[in-house]
Amino acid sequence: MGIIRILAPYLTLLRPNLVQNHQLIMARRLYASRTIGVDKNVWVEFTQLAADYKAVNLGQGFPDFSPPQFVQDAFCKAVSGGPQMHQYTRAFGHPRLVKSLAKFFSRVVGHEIDPFEDVLVTVGAYQALFCAFQALIDDGDEVIIVEPFFDCYQPMVLMAGGTAVYVPLRPKGGSSVLSSGDWVLSAEELASKITPRTKAIVINTPNNPLGKVYKVEELQMIADLCIKHDLLCFSDEVYEWLTYDGAKHVKIASLPGMWERTITVGSAGKTFSATGWKVGWAISSGKLIKHMKIIHQNSVYHCATAAQEAVSHGFDREYELFGTPESYFQQLPATLHQKRQKLASCLRSVGLQPVMPEGGYFMITDISSVNVDLNDESTKNESYDFRFVKWLIKEKGLATIPVSAFFSPEHSKEFDKYIRFCFVKEDSTLEAAEEILRKWSQKE
Amino acid sequence: MGEEENRGGRMSYTRRILNAFGFTCRSFPTNCRRFCTSQSVMASRHTHAKRIEGLDKNVWVAFTSLAADPSIVNLGQGFPDIPPPSYVKDALAKAASVDRMNQYTRGFGHPSLVKALSQVYGKVYSRQVDPLKEILVTVGGYGSLFSTIQGLVDEGDEVIIVEPFFDCYVPMVRMAGAKPVLIPLRPKPGKKTVSSADWYLDPDELSAKFSSKTKAIIINTPNNPIGKVFTRGELQMIADLCIKHDTLCFSDEVYEWLVYKGHQHVKIATLPGMWDRTITIGSAGKTFSVTGWKLGWSIGPEHLIKHLQTVMQNTLYTCPTPLQEAVAQGLLLNYKLMGQPDCYFSSLAEELEGKRDHLAAILQEAGMSPVVPEGGYFMLVDVTPLNQDLSHMGDDEAYDYKFVKWMIKEKKLAAIPVTAFVGEESKEQFEKYIRLCFIKVDHKMSMGKNVPPFISFWFAAMETNLITF
Repeated sequence: MGIIRILAPYLTLLRPNLVQNHQLIMARRLYASRTIGVDKNVWVEFTQLAADYKAVNLGQGFPDFSPPQFVQDAFCKAVSGGPQMHQYTRAFGHPRLVKSLAKFFSRVVGHEIDPFEDVLVTVGAYQALFCAFQALIDDGDEVIIVEPFFDCYQPMVLMAGGTAVYVPLRPKGGSSVLSSGDWVLSAEELASKITPRTKAIVINTPNNPLGKVYKVEELQMIADLCIKHDLLCFSDEVYEWLTYDGAKHVKIASLPGMWERTITVGSAGKTFSATGWKVGWAISSGKLIKHMKIIHQNSVYHCATAAQEAVSHGFDREYELFGTPESYFQQLPATLHQKRQKLASCLRSVGLQPVMPEGGYFMITDISSVNVDLNDESTKNESYDFRFVKWLIKEKGLATIPVSAFFSPEHSKEFDKYIRFCFVKEDSTLEAAEEILRKWSQKE
Repeated sequence: MGEEENRGGRMSYTRRILNAFGFTCRSFPTNCRRFCTSQSVMASRHTHAKRIEGLDKNVWVAFTSLAADPSIVNLGQGFPDIPPPSYVKDALAKAASVDRMNQYTRGFGHPSLVKALSQVYGKVYSRQVDPLKEILVTVGGYGSLFSTIQGLVDEGDEVIIVEPFFDCYVPMVRMAGAKPVLIPLRPKPGKKTVSSADWYLDPDELSAKFSSKTKAIIINTPNNPIGKVFTRGELQMIADLCIKHDTLCFSDEVYEWLVYKGHQHVKIATLPGMWDRTITIGSAGKTFSVTGWKLGWSIGPEHLIKHLQTVMQNTLYTCPTPLQEAVAQGLLLNYKLMGQPDCYFSSLAEELEGKRDHLAAILQEAGMSPVVPEGGYFMLVDVTPLNQDLSHMGDDEAYDYKFVKWMIKEKKLAAIPVTAFVGEESKEQFEKYIRLCFIKVDHKMSMGKNVPPFISFWFAAMETNLITF
């Protein structure tokens, strides 16, 4: 009856597509339009390449040493704990963990944080960012992203139906840019990007990939604009404990008028060198967290229990030891400070120009002085740093990440002569990299 | 369905969809006045995105807090209080002691886990399942449903959902801007509902639900909450409609191993023409009694899975490593035992069958009508025979909601109201049923009977309260 009529438009399309053994192609588009333009991913590409060539991996940002003993012990204890450690816990965050986080961060921020209203535990800081964008960014909203930016911000804005507006950190005047502190945001340029449709600004301090640690004056400038234009602020602070040379991490949420409009994102993975645990959180005023909870309860609902229990013990220990030499939050940056120096000298010794990061896991290096023949047909149409990184993996067995991946399409051309190294690695890994670079520079 | 590439145009499109569904924009109470500073009023700029409108209610959030009182025996939320097999816990401890296992792994699934899944399901499906292209590891079955719906369901699509449904299907479909089209399982005419097999899907009624906008149908077998295990014939009927109308099928099979004697779990993806249009969802939590590990997976053809992978890389990127490694070990161990009595995939079902039968017997003795499930770990109970008068609790809630609240308060026993799993129009059909979970510990009671403690406790409570059941 009507079946033929219903099927007819599909049949004509289907027939040319039908092959043997029921290979289907649906007559209409399969994928949701929210996935358009967000399918490419720099990590998937470069992680695979590094693995394929068994390169010395200073690319993706994770430690190749273990988490500290006390969190590992806490995890083992949780695993062998009662049966409730292996079953669902509270959806918005394991009670013990949200209490530990609230207690710890109330002291840091100088604001009483309610563990059940103001904290949401997520699957890594990544998912906290996802909840923030999905809950608060709507079709047509504009989101200002300060570049260079951790690459996920842009597709997350897009998936939420928003429009990304970019403002670059620029090296301030003068040719030698030796520190991440030399990269600054222009207040005028930032203000000029704000329109009536601007909903939020995303900042990351300490910054990935640059390592910039925003000073209080810089954050105040951003805060003033947020308050003046009634914007939200998403502050990605996953590297908050990793500052060097006396740089101080400042939480923008602690500035006057900012608590109620700022979502601060943190990460147990970066805090306790356990990136594979995927425990993160968002802390903000209850009225913003409330909206994020709705996304969370309709996407993953719960996070794994045992890891949350272990992270909670980690924070309780650090609460007691805060500011003392036994604190992991003192020890880790001290260790990384030394690795940072090691990598920087090694890069300088082969004629490269690293930009010393004030914080974080990474160091970017200017490669414009390097002369290599990148005669790889397969990468012909890519930007210089992408081509250079691929060449470095294939020819020298050293993996890094191209920095233009952290810039918008409109600005990436200006920054395609930098590559990013991760120095949160065992000394043996750094030495292996040093060896490769030394051999290479000797040949030239 | 237009190609909505123009982002600016989508705003009004969303609004049109919302209006078409009759969703009034129930704005959240603006508590902004509490936060007014001397500098600014924050009201209108900080509104939430439209996609979360009307999605704030959640039966678990409501009832979990009510049942949290330790004096209450909680048969509500579906998680085991029997311990998981010791080898999975050991595998987790072992994995966490390896440095590399505490750092990021492959985003779409830890290599050893996707390989183990490929082996187990290769056997189950009798086909090659590509570990890298046809599998995505997610944060629980829940995360799989989310990736599937976000990856494949668009604004303006319709998605058919069979009632009663696991409650997240509807809000997830709505969050994707699509319209849930509901169809209830109905009791077979003339039959008392004593088994989950007494419910069926009417083929004509189902057929009428398909339209040119139907993108997918979501099925759940074994079903939560009824426990129905769809037969091959029933799945064939659904498959025929999917093929005829060229739709996708999202098959939630998290309870796939929990099927009781006399019944067989059939995977709709194995029916002719269905592999290419089906995403099948599984769960480590339900497979190994470790719901707190929150790991699940989606299995399907590359041309569908790749869109779920896109969602994954833009939502949480990767799942925890040591947990994935431990699940891989558990799967490999049981893969070798498949078909043998000590394979956990079948031994758990045997253990639960005893608990199922116990609970059903006790409920019958207490004068209620249990619906014996063919699969899963839930049981519906028809409380009509008790004739409990709840008119003192007002009339703004369905009977089962009131009954459960009354039962928690008066009898110290928690269950879940079944109308949480159905749409408005089907509420009347289901409001005399409550859902109990029976994957709970058996203690040998000194009463001399092997009576699960929650039931004895309840009996004791009933007696002291001079019940009128």
